[in-house]
Amino acid sequence: MDELLLIETVERYLKGEMPQKEKAFFEEIRKNNPSIDQMVVEHTFLFNELNKHADKKTFRHSLLEIESKLTEEGFISKPQLKGKAKVVYLWKKYKRNIAVAASIAGIVSLVTTGLIEVYNKKIDKTNITRLIGQINKTERKVDQLNKTIKASNNTSEIKIDPNPNFRATGFLIDGKGFIVTNAHVVDNMKTIYVENNNGAYFSAKAIYTDPITDLAILKITDKDFKPLSNLPYSIKKTNSDLGEQIFTMGFPRNEIVYGEGYVSAKSGNDGDSTAYQVSVSVNPGNSGGPVLNKNGEIIGVITSKNSTADGVVFAAKSKNIYKLLEELKKQDDNIKIKLPTNNGLRKLDRVQQIKKMEDFVFMVVGN
Amino acid sequence: MSNYREENKLLEALALNDSEVIESVYRDNYPMIQAFILNNNGDIDEARDIFQEAMIVLFEKAKSENFELHCQLKTYIYSICRRLWLKRLQQLQRYGKPTEFFEDTVPVEEDFEMHEKNNADFALMENALSKVGEPCKSLLEAYYIQNKNMQEISTDFGYTNADNAKTQKYKCLVRLKKLFFAQYKNGL
Repeated sequence: MDELLLIETVERYLKGEMPQKEKAFFEEIRKNNPSIDQMVVEHTFLFNELNKHADKKTFRHSLLEIESKLTEEGFISKPQLKGKAKVVYLWKKYKRNIAVAASIAGIVSLVTTGLIEVYNKKIDKTNITRLIGQINKTERKVDQLNKTIKASNNTSEIKIDPNPNFRATGFLIDGKGFIVTNAHVVDNMKTIYVENNNGAYFSAKAIYTDPITDLAILKITDKDFKPLSNLPYSIKKTNSDLGEQIFTMGFPRNEIVYGEGYVSAKSGNDGDSTAYQVSVSVNPGNSGGPVLNKNGEIIGVITSKNSTADGVVFAAKSKNIYKLLEELKKQDDNIKIKLPTNNGLRKLDRVQQIKKMEDFVFMVVGN
Repeated sequence: MSNYREENKLLEALALNDSEVIESVYRDNYPMIQAFILNNNGDIDEARDIFQEAMIVLFEKAKSENFELHCQLKTYIYSICRRLWLKRLQQLQRYGKPTEFFEDTVPVEEDFEMHEKNNADFALMENALSKVGEPCKSLLEAYYIQNKNMQEISTDFGYTNADNAKTQKYKCLVRLKKLFFAQYKNGL
């Protein structure tokens, strides 16, 4: 059967335009021929869909017409977006978004503040003892007597008597007279003197202090100070390993004292990453003393010890010295400090190392 | 049995595309819907869209057999609009649920689903018609949607006689049928 003819027939059949006789005949064909029957079903479906489609389109059309008519009449009106009303309208429309945005901003700021607070948390210093030594009167007198004896022996004149209250340690980082010590040492002294191993005093002043790493740089201002050359140690830029053997020199008494130990943790008090924990015996007066490894590289500076635990000593990492110098450079271009690079202590035995070191470690005193 | 005889009569007229009735439904209900949409993060254009869509749902409902309204027309329209607006909000990913404006809503989930299906069917047919190409599309629309007779069509389109137009129309219909059912097969 021709498909076009069939479609026409089906359409007539569906629309009820068929004469009674033909209809009966067509229904007979449908019954006996499943494929034609299927076709009629498909067509019915298609027609229904087409009709629905048509209805909907017409309805939509009339809807649009009515809507535009009502809009023209002013029944459906665009809101007036003018002046204050506009703000109110926008506020109404977006208040929920604004509320959400505001609360997110609030939460974010709280969280960041919290995080900053956590990571910046003040290092608990309650159980820390600064290793700056107080000098009592008797000691001072004995000291003076010694000086007098020394002076009479040496003929070299001591022109000042600093009459110090505090004592700590420092070491040269540049032969021209730059000394590293602790910031808390400097904080405790109004006038600062350094004393070399021969008992000679030189006046000095602090040119930079950094309370966070607890390091300070002193400059010997005394005109009698003669620049030294050939600093035997170098200053390590990288971190030291756990368990590395170390030794330190300092002035817990009026005389230089040697001590040795090892690096026991890579962070200082309460996780302070600018310091090491070391195990070495130190006492008040050791503050600012250099911590050296067996190759004679300075790896740190003694700062404090835990007052409640045994053998827990903290030392600022040596790489902080480099940072300090950078900061200092930014502050003042004229100060030129050249850190020692060549290491003259390598492969020497410890006694030789100490002997070479002695001239470069200073007692820092003041009142 | 219905207490809403008036309103059901209204709907019968609506099904016949009576523009006066449509206008009165508009006048009675649109302001409420506009207020609802504006109060819930919408603007005036969205209110118009939603109301139109609700009217189409109503129309489909009125067309279907054995339809009877069992609540106030106002409540029904409000419930439909509320449902439509919820869906729109989800699509737009704006925050929050619409605040209740009229506590009084009726369940419309079934009607809503039917409407979604009808919309899909409508899109299918629209798609098939657009693929059938010109002049077939215009020819079919003129005959089936605008209900013009073959004589008119043959003059409008420039066929030499109505019979030629008719043959052409049937050819177009065959193509449309193929396209339409092909979409079903492709699961479109």
